[in-house]
Amino acid sequence: MKAAAQLVDLHKHYYLAGGTVRALNGVDITFPEGDFVAIMGSSGSGKSTLLNVLGGLDRPTSGQYILAGQDVSELSDDELSYARNQLIGFVFQSYNLITQYTVLENIEVPLLYRPGAPSISASDRERCLELADLVGLSDRLDHRPFQLSGGQQQRVAVARSLVNNPAILLADEPTGNLDSKTADEIMDLFVRLNGEGRTIIMVTHENDIAAYAHRQIHMKDGVVAGEGVFKG
Amino acid sequence: MSFFRFFRTVHLALKSILLHKLRSGLTMLGIVFGVFSVIAMLAIGEGASEQAQQQVLQLGATNIIVRSVKPPLESSGSNNRVNIYGLLRSDFQLLSENIPTLVNAIPIRESTMEFRNKHHTLNGRLVGCTADYAGVNHLKTRNGRFIDDRDQETMANVCVLGADVADILFPLEQPVGKAVQVNARFYKIIGVSQRRVSTSAIGSALAGQDFNKDIYIPIKTFQVRLGDLIIQRQQGTMTAEKVELNQITLQVGNPDDVMATADVVRETIDRNHKEQKDVDIIVPLELLRQAEQIRQIFNVVLGSIAAISLVVGGIGIMNIMLATVTERTREIGIRRALGARQRDITVQFLTETIVLTGTGGVIGIVMGLTTPYAFDGLQYVVQNFILSGSNATSEVGRIFSDMHPKIAYWSLPLAFGISVGIGIIFGLYPARAAARLDPIEALRHE
Repeated sequence: MKAAAQLVDLHKHYYLAGGTVRALNGVDITFPEGDFVAIMGSSGSGKSTLLNVLGGLDRPTSGQYILAGQDVSELSDDELSYARNQLIGFVFQSYNLITQYTVLENIEVPLLYRPGAPSISASDRERCLELADLVGLSDRLDHRPFQLSGGQQQRVAVARSLVNNPAILLADEPTGNLDSKTADEIMDLFVRLNGEGRTIIMVTHENDIAAYAHRQIHMKDGVVAGEGVFKG
Repeated sequence: MSFFRFFRTVHLALKSILLHKLRSGLTMLGIVFGVFSVIAMLAIGEGASEQAQQQVLQLGATNIIVRSVKPPLESSGSNNRVNIYGLLRSDFQLLSENIPTLVNAIPIRESTMEFRNKHHTLNGRLVGCTADYAGVNHLKTRNGRFIDDRDQETMANVCVLGADVADILFPLEQPVGKAVQVNARFYKIIGVSQRRVSTSAIGSALAGQDFNKDIYIPIKTFQVRLGDLIIQRQQGTMTAEKVELNQITLQVGNPDDVMATADVVRETIDRNHKEQKDVDIIVPLELLRQAEQIRQIFNVVLGSIAAISLVVGGIGIMNIMLATVTERTREIGIRRALGARQRDITVQFLTETIVLTGTGGVIGIVMGLTTPYAFDGLQYVVQNFILSGSNATSEVGRIFSDMHPKIAYWSLPLAFGISVGIGIIFGLYPARAAARLDPIEALRHE
């Protein structure tokens, strides 16, 4: 199976006054297309650093990060911005919607930063409406984030993450701020997206959330400590 | 595409600005008042210069005016003696015959007299002059004709009335052909001049002239009938003055020669009048250049004062934008995570600043356009509440009430350009600061 993303002997070191912190110390993981992975670990295990590298927000000290067949570990800041825009969809724990924008405008944000900055066409608009429909918010298009519940906001964020049809969907504790019922709804959405063939990488520390994934990777001291496969 | 993108960027900037209406409004005020004061200051300067230019042009840009002035009292001795001063006919001879650049030289003798027609009386200026006087002073006749050279040669007993003189002394009649009484003598009226705008005074050198209350007679007639010595009795005091000529108006043919000719005139006059200081030389072109210089100085000084307020406004903008960047760190992180390049963030915040200052600029321009009207109101208040009842302030009051601001239309695009420029200058640093934020740190920001 073709890999959506691949990490090869990845190191990330921070050079501080007190000495070198090896946040990632040789990580090798392959994410096949259509994978649904939960990355777990206690704080300080390196899972946040791993997520930052996977999200193209940070560059590894050494090693390779191959995303959609392209080594993104040595891209310039602008190229990395395009990679985040085109190849990665983000879902954050605290939704991170832009408060002054409506639901539809929030979904459109990644379209503003496409390479070459093409204008938002009628078909783009249609795609945004389809995604809003997919997450069940077609009737809330002109609402603002503060008029929505947490679960609804997170669904806007999911729609937004999909608008540029990315290679991987990165979710950082997507249910951390939600009650269990709403969390289950969001996870059902993820399962459905995964069922449509989307590659999802999710960081969580909750076992019952991790159980939705096909595979769990446990991080400890900057390396992969263990891996398990669930049916999902 | 670029237009769409521009429109979109501005639209999004407006959205963010409207998020904090009060704050944005207050920030904008700095620019509004800055732009307003730039336009108002320039309008005041422009108005002052226009007025000065008009005054000078009324005198004639190619003219040189040589005028007798009464010397200070101490040098003229006791009050009871005859006061002898001023230009001499020999001066006129000297000037008119020896300066080749002149096309006209007009000797003028004048005195304030009482004019009378039956029971109608009027105090005005009796002016002895030559035929060229009308042309040089832009006088046209309404009825009849002006004095001509023949009248001069024959020392004819004729006169031309100013418009007011004709209207007041002959309210119901046609004056041409009739006679008017000046002091004890009668003159035959041969013409009436058209109403002419009076000139205002220029400093202390030249009093304003109201041409409409004049009576013109040939200068030779003046000389033979009235003589050089004029004695006037008023309320028990008597003044006796012996003056040959009150003024010589010289007209230069080529405008380029005016300054050089003025130097020659000065030198010639100084030979005979340096000691007495009883002659003044007024060169309108010189005054025009001075007025132009004063205008430039005005513009620079007033403009600088206004510019300070713009800079203060700009600093206010920068301050608020820095606060905005801090406040919206999270948003910047989100945008970066979703693919915004540093440039996109810079453009976004810069656009917001420019939209803010540009809007402020437009409001300031609209306010600036009301300056002339606002100034009228100000003059009304000053005249009625501050200057009323005091007469010591007449000079200040006159200068102030003579000021008429005029919008310098070139200052409008300038002011708008400056306000946009302020946006760029003071917006760039906050925008760059926003773009340079580490996306990971920014996302973590609460």
